[in-house]
Amino acid sequence: MKHLLVLGAGTAGTMVVNRLRRQLDKAQWKITVVDPQATHYYQPGFLFIPFGIYQEKDVVKPKSAFIPSGVELIAASVDRVEPEHNQVKLTDGRTLPYDFLVIATGAQTRPDQTPGLLDGEWYKSIYDFYTLDGAVALGDKLRNWQGGRLVVNVVENPIKCPVAPLEFLMLADWFFHEKGIRDRVELIYATPLSGAFTKPIAAQKLGHLLEEKNIKVVPDFMVEHVEAEAKKLISYDEQEVAYDLLVSVPLNMGDAAMARSGLGDELNYVPVDKHTFVSPKYANIFVLGDAAAVPTSKAGSVAHFAVDCFADNFLDYVAGKEMHTSFDGHANCFIESGFGKGLLVDFNYETEPLPGCYPLPGVGPFTLLEESKINHWGKLMFRPIYWNILLKGRKMPLPAHMSMAGKVQ
Amino acid sequence: MTTRTIAGTTVQVNAEGFMTNPAEWNQAIATEIAKEEGIPELTPVHWRVVDFCRADAKATGKSPTLRRITANSGISTKEIFALFPKGPAKKVARISGLGKPEGCV
Repeated sequence: MKHLLVLGAGTAGTMVVNRLRRQLDKAQWKITVVDPQATHYYQPGFLFIPFGIYQEKDVVKPKSAFIPSGVELIAASVDRVEPEHNQVKLTDGRTLPYDFLVIATGAQTRPDQTPGLLDGEWYKSIYDFYTLDGAVALGDKLRNWQGGRLVVNVVENPIKCPVAPLEFLMLADWFFHEKGIRDRVELIYATPLSGAFTKPIAAQKLGHLLEEKNIKVVPDFMVEHVEAEAKKLISYDEQEVAYDLLVSVPLNMGDAAMARSGLGDELNYVPVDKHTFVSPKYANIFVLGDAAAVPTSKAGSVAHFAVDCFADNFLDYVAGKEMHTSFDGHANCFIESGFGKGLLVDFNYETEPLPGCYPLPGVGPFTLLEESKINHWGKLMFRPIYWNILLKGRKMPLPAHMSMAGKVQ
Repeated sequence: MTTRTIAGTTVQVNAEGFMTNPAEWNQAIATEIAKEEGIPELTPVHWRVVDFCRADAKATGKSPTLRRITANSGISTKEIFALFPKGPAKKVARISGLGKPEGCV
C-alpha cells in the first residue's frame, strides 16, 4: 500500500485529494490530508463582506464536507517535514510516513511583521480584509464611518489575489457614492510597485479607471512602520502617508513549518519546478497552491489550473513515466470595478493580460480587460461553482492551459 | 522589441528600457544605466547588491525581490533605499540587466 500525504485542506489540497482519490486505486493507495482548521473559507468572498454584499455565512463551510470518502482527514498542525526520512512530524507528537507528499499549506497574512500595525489600533483605525475577522470588523466600521482619508496599503508582494486591493478601492468608491458621502472620502492606494497597473497593456486599458473614480495612487511606497497613534505610514525612504482609516494588506508568508523543515525560502514559500510542481531537492515532494514559490499569482484560479496539470501527470510520474503536461502559469480572475460591473483578466507566465473575449472567440460572453455587467455576474456566479464543482475536483469545461483564442494582440 | 546601444554595446530592451537578455549585460552597461537612474557612481556596496541579483537570477530564473536581496546579502532594506533611492527594486533590476518587478495586471 502506498501512502500519499497532503498537507493542507485549503483550496489546492482539497482539490488534490478529490482528484487523486478518483484516479488512484483504493486497494493500492492510501490518501491522508492534514489540516489544523475545521473551517473552509471561500476567500474571494472576503472582499464583499466590508460592503455588506456578502455575510459571514456566505463564505464558510466545514472542511470535512469537501473531503471524499476514502481520504482520511487529520485535524492537526504540522511541526515539520523530514524529507530525508519521508515523514512528517505533527505538533501533537504523531509521525506520518509517506511515499509521496503534497505540500499545500498556503499563505497567511502577517500583520505582526510590520511594526505598529498591531499597536493598539488594530480593528480600531487599522483593518485588513484578507481574514474573515478583519473583513467583518471592517464592515462594522464602514457602516457608520462618516468619511475621511481611507488608505489601502500593500506592505509587500507577493500577496494573495494581487488585484483584490484595487477591487476593494473600486467597491469602496461605489459604496460611499451610494451612501451619499463620496465627496467626504479620499481614497488612496499606497503600493510598493511602480503603479496600480504594471503590465503595459493592462495599464493602457485600465489606467483611466482609477482616475475616473478619483482614487489616488502613491507608487514606490514601501512601508517600514506604522505610527498608529499619529495615524501615519512611514516608508523606508521616510515618506509619510497620513490616514484616518488604514486598510492594510499585511505581508503574506508561507507556513512556518516550511522554515522549520528547511524547505522554505525567505518568506517560507517552497521552491518548486514551475511547470511540474516537483521539488528540485526531493523527487517525491510536490508543492501546490499559494505555498509554492512560483512566479504566478497566489490565487485559487491558479491552484485550480495547476491541480488539473498535476493530477494529469501524477499517475505517469508514480509509474516512472515522463510527465506529459506542463503548467503554463495560467490564471484568470474577475475584477470587481464597482457599480455592478467587473473586468476579467486571463494570462500566464509568458502572456500578459490582453483584451478580447473569453472563453469563446467573438462571443465571450465575458469581456477581457474591459468593464461589463456580465463580468460582475460571472464573479458572483463563481461562488457556487467554487463550492460545488472546483473544490470537489470536478472538471470545468475550460482548458487548464491559457488559450490565445479570443484575445487581441 | 527594440535595441539600444549602452556603453558601446548593443542590447535588446523592452518599451520601459529594461534589458531582456541578461547575457548581454556587462559592468560598463550597469555603470551607464546607474547614471541614468541618478546614481553617479556604483560603490563596492552597490556592486554587492548587483552581483547578488545577477547570481540569484541565474540560479532561480527570476529577478530577486527586495526581501530576498536583504535576507541574503546582509544589506538592510533601509540601506538599499539609501543606495538606490526612489524605487530601489526597479532600479536594482534595471542596473543588473534583469526584468522589472511587477504585479499581475
